[in-house]
Amino acid sequence: MSMSRARTRKRARMTVVFAGLAMLGVSVALALLAFEDNIVFFYGPTEIVEQGVEPGQNFRLGGLVKEDSVGLANDGVTNLFIVTDNNANVEVAFKGILPDLFREGQGIVALGALNNEGRFIASEVLAKHDENYMPPEAVEAMKRAGTWKHTQEEGN
Amino acid sequence: MVAELGHFALILALFVATLQSVIPLWGAQTGRDWARDLAAPTAVAQFLCVAFSFGALTYVYLISDFSVQNVAENSHSLKPLLYKISGVWGNHEGSLLLWVSILALFGFLVSVFGRDLPPGLKSRTLSVQAMISVGFLLFMLFTSNPFLRLFPVPLEGNDLNPLLQDPGLAIHPPFLYLGYVGCSISFSFAVAALIEGKVDAAWARWVRPWTLLAWTFLTAGIALGSWWAYYELGWGGFWYWDPVENASFMPWLSATALLHSAIVVEKRDTLKSWTILLAIVTFSLSLIGTFLVRSGVLNSVHAFANDPERGVFILLLLVVAIGGSFALYAWRAPDMKGGGMFRPISREGALVLNNLLLSAAAATVFLGTLYPLFLEVAGGDKVSVGPPYFNATFVPLMIPLLIALGIGPFLSWKRGDLFGVIQRMRFVFLITVVVSILAGVAVWGRDAYALVGLAVATWLALATIAEMMKRAGWPKAGLTGTWRRLWKLPRAAWGMSIAHLGVALIVAGATGASMLTLEVVNSTRQGDVIEIADYEITFEGVREVQGPNYAAVQGVYTARKDDKTIWQLFPEKRRYFATGRETTEAAIESNLWSDLYVVISGDGTNGAYVTRVYHKPLVPWLWLGCALLIVGGFMSLSDRRLRVGAPKRSQAKGNMMSPSPTQAAE
Repeated sequence: MSMSRARTRKRARMTVVFAGLAMLGVSVALALLAFEDNIVFFYGPTEIVEQGVEPGQNFRLGGLVKEDSVGLANDGVTNLFIVTDNNANVEVAFKGILPDLFREGQGIVALGALNNEGRFIASEVLAKHDENYMPPEAVEAMKRAGTWKHTQEEGN
Repeated sequence: MVAELGHFALILALFVATLQSVIPLWGAQTGRDWARDLAAPTAVAQFLCVAFSFGALTYVYLISDFSVQNVAENSHSLKPLLYKISGVWGNHEGSLLLWVSILALFGFLVSVFGRDLPPGLKSRTLSVQAMISVGFLLFMLFTSNPFLRLFPVPLEGNDLNPLLQDPGLAIHPPFLYLGYVGCSISFSFAVAALIEGKVDAAWARWVRPWTLLAWTFLTAGIALGSWWAYYELGWGGFWYWDPVENASFMPWLSATALLHSAIVVEKRDTLKSWTILLAIVTFSLSLIGTFLVRSGVLNSVHAFANDPERGVFILLLLVVAIGGSFALYAWRAPDMKGGGMFRPISREGALVLNNLLLSAAAATVFLGTLYPLFLEVAGGDKVSVGPPYFNATFVPLMIPLLIALGIGPFLSWKRGDLFGVIQRMRFVFLITVVVSILAGVAVWGRDAYALVGLAVATWLALATIAEMMKRAGWPKAGLTGTWRRLWKLPRAAWGMSIAHLGVALIVAGATGASMLTLEVVNSTRQGDVIEIADYEITFEGVREVQGPNYAAVQGVYTARKDDKTIWQLFPEKRRYFATGRETTEAAIESNLWSDLYVVISGDGTNGAYVTRVYHKPLVPWLWLGCALLIVGGFMSLSDRRLRVGAPKRSQAKGNMMSPSPTQAAE
């Protein structure tokens, strides 16, 4: 009797183990599929200008808001500005309310895609909650463009 | 002087914690009762030291003593009292002190409320708890001392980040930490059980209330943070799958699984080693969350490499705690005997499914959160993993979980009758279909996935209510009989049902927030009208307002529906004196079905301000659902306390090392 009991126990355990493995497989598959479509790459202005990015492809753009470049489009709600890495420039349009710490000369990160005219249509603009903080993407953009100065504070 | 006393108390706490982590464990292992019984007094002493230290830091904040660097950097004499207090944990050093205080608090609670715990288990648990304390106290004293003095003494402080000056966020960290750190107790219990080599129903009965307490606080903490993001950040979102959010969500998923598997250990004496593993994983995820948030590694891997002291220290703590406990698990867990058997279709089976899906969800969140870090460390591309990834992995795992969640409580232990249950649930199914069709008409042409979300939420809510009715004797007992028996059901049953209803509401609210939201952004002058959903919103102009430490431009809006004025809304744009920082304060009005959310910005050139208006259906349910989760947690907890008294009787003074067999019987 104890033998058969042990066997049943073993079988019950195997069921659980198999269910677990199946679940693991499903979640790994889901994760891989999702990774394929949803990883968002990061580019700086220089890379966009020199290597080009397909219009419509979502990516993150980092850099500094160029001085004297911020304006409003005629509709009164679309913000236009230029993101620079002090080497190349990208024009950005963002409809909506800019974050509280958005300033000229500040580092920002924007999520969006280029349109056919090469303008970056942002769906989201991030400036961090601290004025001394430089978004790592903005730093990275300037490093890639070779315009990063080490006197600037890194991180927060 | 007070600051120095606080620092001294912290050093004292380190010594006490060191004693607590060594002597009681040694005593329990070698049978020296005097040493074993030192666990409780040392836990109390450690708590008193840490609490004194925390009080000292609070005091220097209250009197605005800017000679303490931490106060000067994070406070301001004009700051309202609440934010002077919350400033204590609104920074790295202070939040660590809060962390250590809560760690000690839980040790204290176990030593006080755990009088009837088997002494061996109790002292080992407190020893393990003290080991964690030692690690974090060392970390604080060597890298993050909050009591450092500053010279010359500045006349005024730098103020707390204005975004953090908010009642919701003031109490968010303590709750979150009570949850995070509360998981340490189940971890300590698990490690103690591994050292002792014994896990039984009594063990689970002790672990469950502590896990439940931690889980309830963690839920409250996450909900408060999400609520804060919703009304303070001005984007109208409640969850961004931001790494910092994920850092608290992973332990929550794992703690939720633990909560459920501990039930199986308690009732059926099986799934023991899995439960132990979950307890270890849950706290490990809490530690990893702390590491992610506190080491600066999320801002930039480079920032971490440039200032490695703190990061490396936490990483080391992480490796020792996680590695050590897993090694212990690998060594001792195989000795644990499995208990009661069950069929795949049974209550146990349903809870196993719950555990598998929650663990898989935690794993995908973990992968998405850490993948960019791994890639960057490996020198690869700089990428980010955003909400689309999480929506694509997390949601498909949640849908079967939510459907099964409706069925699970109907199944009986050991061997369930799925066909019978489905038959019994046919009315639930029918009503779900009807409600879904109605919802489908209401949201027609908006988003097909929204319908799935609403249908699942309806199913879960109805199934939960039906299960409660069945438990109270419906339909045999009749309407009045069922009603009367409903109130006599154990509080744990109520707690479960309330929490599951909360989940249904959260699903509905999240569906509304993410898929049914309407948004209008317009440039508005005085008298302009924005139309959204059934509302007409008139911009009446702006006025200047003065706060205690800020000045604001306040917009005045009138919302009308069917030509009747329903609400006046006053969104603000604030500028804080000390830092010159600006924040956006949204104005939100709710009728419990939907929220109207107005934000103002712009500088008023030519009298034009940018107005952003959201109509957010079902979002109030999201917060209501969170509240139900918390109420359910406490409700269940109040039941547990009564039942925890049960082992009291069998814990006679003599046979300390092994609890009597009657205790293991349910």
